[in-house]
Amino acid sequence: MLELLNFGFEFVEIFAFIVLATVGLAVIFGMMGIINLAHGEFILVGAYATTFTFDAGLPLPLAMLAGVVLTAVYGLVLERLIIRHLYGRLLDSMVVTWGISLVMIQLTRIVFGNTAPGIGIPYGQLPVVDGPIYYLVLAVVAVGVLGGLYALFTWTDFGIRARATMQDETTARSMGVDTDRMYMTTFAVGSGLAGLAGALYAPVMTVTPEYGTGFLIETFVAVVVGGASVLVGTVLASGLLGTVNAAVTNVAGTFMGQVAMLIAAIVAIRLMPEGITGMLADWRESRGESQ
Amino acid sequence: MGNSSAFWLGLAVAVAVLAALPVLFGLYAAEVGSVFLAYALLGMSLAFIWGYCGILSFGQVAFFGVAGYAFGIVAINAATLTGLTLAVLAALGVSTAFAAALGYFMFYGGVRDVYVTILTLVVALVLYTFMGQTAGGEWAIGDARLGGFNGMSGVPDLAIGVGSTGVEIGPLGHYYVTLGALVATYLGLRALVNSRFGYAMVATREDEDRTAMFGYDTTFVKLVVFTIGGAIAGLGGVLFTTQNNYVDPSVFGITAAALPVVWASVGGRTSLLGTVGAALAIQFVDYRLALSGSEWALVLIGSLLVFVVLVMPEGVAPRLHEYVLEYREDADPSPVPRDSSAATEEVSD
Repeated sequence: MLELLNFGFEFVEIFAFIVLATVGLAVIFGMMGIINLAHGEFILVGAYATTFTFDAGLPLPLAMLAGVVLTAVYGLVLERLIIRHLYGRLLDSMVVTWGISLVMIQLTRIVFGNTAPGIGIPYGQLPVVDGPIYYLVLAVVAVGVLGGLYALFTWTDFGIRARATMQDETTARSMGVDTDRMYMTTFAVGSGLAGLAGALYAPVMTVTPEYGTGFLIETFVAVVVGGASVLVGTVLASGLLGTVNAAVTNVAGTFMGQVAMLIAAIVAIRLMPEGITGMLADWRESRGESQ
Repeated sequence: MGNSSAFWLGLAVAVAVLAALPVLFGLYAAEVGSVFLAYALLGMSLAFIWGYCGILSFGQVAFFGVAGYAFGIVAINAATLTGLTLAVLAALGVSTAFAAALGYFMFYGGVRDVYVTILTLVVALVLYTFMGQTAGGEWAIGDARLGGFNGMSGVPDLAIGVGSTGVEIGPLGHYYVTLGALVATYLGLRALVNSRFGYAMVATREDEDRTAMFGYDTTFVKLVVFTIGGAIAGLGGVLFTTQNNYVDPSVFGITAAALPVVWASVGGRTSLLGTVGAALAIQFVDYRLALSGSEWALVLIGSLLVFVVLVMPEGVAPRLHEYVLEYREDADPSPVPRDSSAATEEVSD
């Protein structure tokens, strides 16, 4: 029984981590096909904003909100200044975001030094399982973010325009959708979500200039395994990778858990080169044809 | 690629200048220069696969580092002339086989475009994480301790020979060996790119589906190109490790992985020499900044990358080449060369 609880807790912890770290990247990838190599540094902005506003005396939730808003604004500025010149040039935009990432890591080091003030993990420890309550809070937030995105993409006018742009940019534009603005807004939303990940994990992981790179492997792997469809892809990829990681971690330790997760990811990409959602789309199409 | 006498003259001058550097600036310059030349090989491996076949790999450092580690492991365990020669062969074999396996896995699995780019980066980052946790004593192969983030030290110098006949290559010799490897690789790649296979590569870059329709096995073309790229990066890695007598996981890190992309983007990915030039220039500036205690090198490199991609997406060398062509046309207004250059441009674009 305890074994099962431990596994459950481990899964919840890893699932929440992958969802929160990935979802911002997935929103931008799904919309524009760009993998934002500076994603880790957007997370870094969120973490630093949270840490320093908290250090200045703001209550933690407000400090986290500040992290999200600042990162969204930061993403918006970058999009207007640089990224928008690169639409339609996928590989170039990835290369440029990598350049941005290099600059940001080093600038952070120069301006703030190698350490930042720490934040203690709030809410204390769980009773039965060995772990902080805060991880459960993170899981709730992760599910909340997914639910919020679902609502945003299905029920709002913005969501319908966004999905139209994703499916067929030219047609969407000819139907009167301002696709340029859609891209701008999506980039800001994606950045804000990256900021949220940074803010939420600021108490858990030590905040340094390399903080963002601690998220990179999981996020890239999850986005590639998930494929182009943002919500379904993120959920399925996080579920798959989280299960493998948690199961192996429970038996053989954290490092082997990570290794197993990466092997699972590599096998998944080999079997489904367009990601899980790419395969689902193919499958749906072929079923439609046979009927 | 260019075949004019002016081009060959320029190349000869460039090689002569590089060959004269140790004579002019002494042994220390040769030691530093060897590292830059090894980096240039790494850059060239990326320019070759990205610029000529459209495979953007963010993980060329994976092959570079794997070759370095493989050389170290064999060389530390068998530090004789024969052993060191075998170590070179083993390192090249391992990096080539690794690239071939990864390439087979990706290209025959239908992995394409952005997914290839990210997968290669993830491979490098995974190696970084893995080598970083090998600090414990159990992570040793024979006498070679992997050493975690502290790296593997005490890697012997390069040496070639069998039994007791052969040469141990000192710092100065190492410089010339690296330069020779760079020039030979360049000439080899040039011949390959200008061959029939080269046309198939460029066609695959331009439109893979159409090329496949013409009967080319584009998947195989990509696999071969990627494997050659891995072998060249591995050669760079061996020369890098033997110069430093040391290799650590930072060769796989995200910053190291970015550098080849910077060189190829700035120098011009469709220009092998442009990439080499950019690698040498950027690493030289980086080195000088590091010597002066400045922390701004990475900021500068990152900004340069953003600037170049925004302002001249094809890179510096191809842009310069265009200016030279325009200048020549203005000077010599005969219509014939203009037509022929326009025609070749259409084909290669």
